[in-house]
Amino acid sequence: MSGFGYYRPDAQAAGDAAPTTSAQEQPTPEEAGDEEPTLPPDAELDLAADEVAAKVEEVLATLDVELVGLAPVKRRVREIASLLLVDRARRQFGLTTSRPTLHMSFTGGPGTGKTTVALRMAEMLHALGYLRVPRVHTVTRDDLVGQFIGHTAPKTKEALAKAAGGVLFIDEAYYLFRPENERDYGQEVIEILLTEMEKERGDLVVIFAGYPDRMATFFGANPGLSSRVPHHIAFEDYTHEELMQIADLMLLGESFRFDEEARAAFDSYLTLRQQRPNFSNARSVRNAIERSRLRQARRLVELSRPLTRDDLVTLTAADIRGSSVFAEASQMSG
Amino acid sequence: MKLRHGAFSYLPDLTDDEIAAQVRYALDQGWPVSIEYTDDPHPRNIYWEMWGLPMFDLTEPDGVLAQINDCRATFPHHYVRVLAYDARLGRQTTALSFLVQRPAEEPGFRLDRVEGSDRTQRYAVTSYAAARPAGARYATG
Repeated sequence: MSGFGYYRPDAQAAGDAAPTTSAQEQPTPEEAGDEEPTLPPDAELDLAADEVAAKVEEVLATLDVELVGLAPVKRRVREIASLLLVDRARRQFGLTTSRPTLHMSFTGGPGTGKTTVALRMAEMLHALGYLRVPRVHTVTRDDLVGQFIGHTAPKTKEALAKAAGGVLFIDEAYYLFRPENERDYGQEVIEILLTEMEKERGDLVVIFAGYPDRMATFFGANPGLSSRVPHHIAFEDYTHEELMQIADLMLLGESFRFDEEARAAFDSYLTLRQQRPNFSNARSVRNAIERSRLRQARRLVELSRPLTRDDLVTLTAADIRGSSVFAEASQMSG
Repeated sequence: MKLRHGAFSYLPDLTDDEIAAQVRYALDQGWPVSIEYTDDPHPRNIYWEMWGLPMFDLTEPDGVLAQINDCRATFPHHYVRVLAYDARLGRQTTALSFLVQRPAEEPGFRLDRVEGSDRTQRYAVTSYAAARPAGARYATG
C-alpha cells in the first residue's frame, strides 16, 4: 500500500486474507438460500401440499377460465407443468436433474391465444423458479434485424437484454429466415439466438410463434434451431361454437349483452366472416364487437329519448346487421 | 498503487454477482447504465471513452453484464467503470460510478514540483503509465 491510498497498517494483511475467506464463506450462504435441504431417501413429498404446486395450479386455472376451448394446448401446458414439478421434487430428494430446455414454439392461426398462453407460461415458469420475472418481451423481425452490416448484432443483443430473466416472444418468427435472399441479416439473428439459447445458466426462455405451415418451413430450414426447441405447441383454429362462447365472454367482460335476435345475427355474421380471407379468430370477434358498439352508440344518440340502463348494455340485431360483411354477402348472392 | 476511483473503491474488488446487484439497484431507480473505459487514470481525466451507448429500458442486469464482459475482453488492461445517470429534473447527474476492472499492475503517480515565478512551488501529478503510448500502457503489466 503506497501512493494516494489511505495508509492502513493492517490493510495488506486484510487484503491477503479477504479473498480466501470470501471464497470459502460465500458459497455456503448461497447454497443455504437457494437450495432447500436434501430430503432423506425414505421421505415422502406431497405435491398437493407444495406451495409452488399450488401457485402453478392457480395459473393453470386462470388459463382454463380465460381461454375457451384449446383443449390440446391446455393439456400440453399441463404436461410441461407436471414435468417441471416432478423435476423439482427430484431435486429436493437430491437426485440429479439437468436443467430442462424450455424454449418453445407456438404455431397457430392469428387470434388463437398464443400471446395469452405465453403470458401464463411466463407466470408458471416464474412460480417454478425457472424465470426471474414473469414478464414477456414481444418482438418481431423489425426489432431484431438491422438495416445495414453490423447493425443486427447490437439490435438483437439489446432485445435479449430487455428480455433477460423473462420470456422473449418472437412473433411471426419465420420472417427471420428469408431463403430467397442469402444476404439477409435474419440468419445472423438466428445464430445469436442460438448461442444465447445454448447457455447453461441462462434464465431466458425463447418462444417462437407463427402460422403453422410457415413455421414448419422455418424450422425445416434451421435444423439447429429446431433441435433446441423441444416443446412444440399447436394452436387450432376455433370452431363456430367456441367463437360464440368467446364473444359472450368478451361481452360479459365489458358489461354488454346480445338480445335474442342479435345473437342469431352474430351467429350468421360469424358464418359469413369465417369464409372470408384474413379471418383471425378471437381477434376478428373482438373487432366485430367493437364495430357493433360503434353502431350501437350512433343508434342511441339518434334515438332522441331518455336512455335506460337496458339500452346501454344491449346490442341489437340492427347493430350487428350493419356490418359490411352482410352487405357484401347480399351483393354476391344478388 | 491501487487507484481509488468512484464508489466502493475502498472495498475489495466487486465480484460479478455484486456488480449485478449494484446494476440492478441502479435500474430499479430508473437510472440508465453506461460503460466507459480508459487507460489514462489521471484524477482530472473525467471523460472516459464510452463503450457503446447508454443502455436504456432495461429491467435486468444481464445485458449490462454482457456488455461489461465484452468491454473487458476487448480492453483487458484498461480501467473499466460503470456509470448510472439520474435524468430526473433537478438531479440530472451521474448518480453512481464504480470500477469494474483495473489493470493487473498499477504503477501509480509521480509528483512533479515546478518552480514558478517568485519561487512559487507548483505541483503536477503524472501517471507513470501515461509515459507509454495510449493503448499500450498496461499491456505488459
